[in-house]
Amino acid sequence: MTAKKRVNTALFYAVAIALAVLAMVPFLWMIATSFKSRGALMSIPIEWLPKEPTWDAYIKVFSKFPFARTIANSLFISVSYTAITLFSASLAAFAFAKIRFFGGRLLLSVYLAMMMIPTQVTMIPLFVIMNKLGLTDTYASVIMPSIFRPFAVFLLVQQMRTIPNDFLDAARIDGAGIFQVYRKIALPLCIPSLATLSITTFMESWNDYLWPLLMLSDKNKMTLPIALSTLNGQYNTEYNVLMAGSLISMIPIIIIYVIAQKQFKNGMMAGGIKG
Amino acid sequence: MKNRLPPRRKRGGEGLVTASPFLLPSLIGLLVFSLLPLIISGLISLTDWNGLDRLTDPDFLQDHFVGLANYKSILTTPEFWNTLGNTMEYIVLYIPLMLAASLLVAYLLSRPHRGIGAFRVVYYIPVLTSWVAASLIWKSVLAPQYGAMNGILAWFGIQGPGWLLDEAWAMPAIVLVSVWKDMGFFGLILLSGVVGINKTYYEAADIDGAGGWTKFTRITLPLLTPSIFYVVIVAMINGFQLFPQVMIMTGGGPNGATQVMVERIYQYGFRYYRMGYAAAFSWILFVIIMVFTAIQMKGQERWVHYDS
Repeated sequence: MTAKKRVNTALFYAVAIALAVLAMVPFLWMIATSFKSRGALMSIPIEWLPKEPTWDAYIKVFSKFPFARTIANSLFISVSYTAITLFSASLAAFAFAKIRFFGGRLLLSVYLAMMMIPTQVTMIPLFVIMNKLGLTDTYASVIMPSIFRPFAVFLLVQQMRTIPNDFLDAARIDGAGIFQVYRKIALPLCIPSLATLSITTFMESWNDYLWPLLMLSDKNKMTLPIALSTLNGQYNTEYNVLMAGSLISMIPIIIIYVIAQKQFKNGMMAGGIKG
Repeated sequence: MKNRLPPRRKRGGEGLVTASPFLLPSLIGLLVFSLLPLIISGLISLTDWNGLDRLTDPDFLQDHFVGLANYKSILTTPEFWNTLGNTMEYIVLYIPLMLAASLLVAYLLSRPHRGIGAFRVVYYIPVLTSWVAASLIWKSVLAPQYGAMNGILAWFGIQGPGWLLDEAWAMPAIVLVSVWKDMGFFGLILLSGVVGINKTYYEAADIDGAGGWTKFTRITLPLLTPSIFYVVIVAMINGFQLFPQVMIMTGGGPNGATQVMVERIYQYGFRYYRMGYAAAFSWILFVIIMVFTAIQMKGQERWVHYDS
């Protein structure tokens, strides 16, 4: 039995490590490439480790592009986007879950129906609307859509429904206004869902591509993915520059991941529960 | 009394008054960012609007209304069918490969071995990477002459193809990148399904002397079907909306081999300014997604087991 167990353990590590190598090889290649000089990119045989590592690519990324600014843009947009999503969705979810009102069910089903519509359908008119409002090339154009996020509402409605009405009624009897009930009782009881939601929303906003691509063309306002795709246009095959940019773009989100690992894990679990 | 919660059984105006301040922000959002654009999008799809003339002109519809001509023209061009074919090729290759990879991830991470935490982080790093960065990294890895992929294949004496520059290999390459990026994401979703399976099933199987593989195919897989179903639906919808990988890695090339629907919508709308045509294209995409989702929902009765 123990011999069999040992074989199984060895097999487990063999497969797990093989998969880890597959997952990591592209990143190792990225790191190695980012330290290559332009000439070393096209050496035959391939230089797996740069023979003369240089910072050239990084200097180029930072001098040709306001990359520090770009990181700040990404942070600002993603944090605002997440905050507004949480604010708007938790308010709406409280109304749907805890206040009985005329048309409530119908309205909630309208919200759910909106989840089905691919963003591409509303993208063109939204582009026109933003144009009309003079908002193209502003942070607001990328942040504002966060005010209506049906998936977030849906997730929080599910959570708020589990709060016993007695809790809320008791607070009302003690003289709390309805907003206090929302803020002091409903919200604190939803903290796990809110934490999960903020992580997934932040990630979505951080990595979003199509909408910011349509809205942001000023170098000083771009988010990381848009800056990277611009870099791709300018340095199409200068892979050392592209890899340096990619590496820099990954650092902030990895730091956030390490800090908030638990919430990330719960976020995934929440995704699974719906299945 | 004014400050009591409205009685939960009573319908009517009072509840609405209480609810409205809570609903206001998201209702404004619903109107401005969803319903209004939806209606405008439907209208634009019936016009030959080029993005320049003012939509609010009184003569707008008179000058630009073309009825269903955009839809007809999209559905009768070979380009659309090529695009749909490419999208289907992606989905058909991607879903089984992604499922196999993410089941493996879920299985490995469910094992009680040391170092699981480290493996979880490693498998998750591709998920954290943005699509744009991931696509750039892989563009470099897949570079035919100087890329890592063909360099590694050469160690084994294999002459790798041109990948993104080769008509036959470009789409499989995009599938490969997507599987690499998504296996950790879907793997963790499936993991939560695996963890949720009642342990008594396995104990019973142990008593009957079932082996690991039997337990996996007879217990884990059937009881995991609700999670697998969810993953397949999400993956399929994402598949129809395939975009950044294509934009960054191939731009739809070579020779149209990786043109997909969202990429076409983007090009028609924002490169050629054929807004009406692009809007009609987006509605066709919507209908296709709805049809395939409905088929999946119907089909689930055959293979999804809900344990109750």
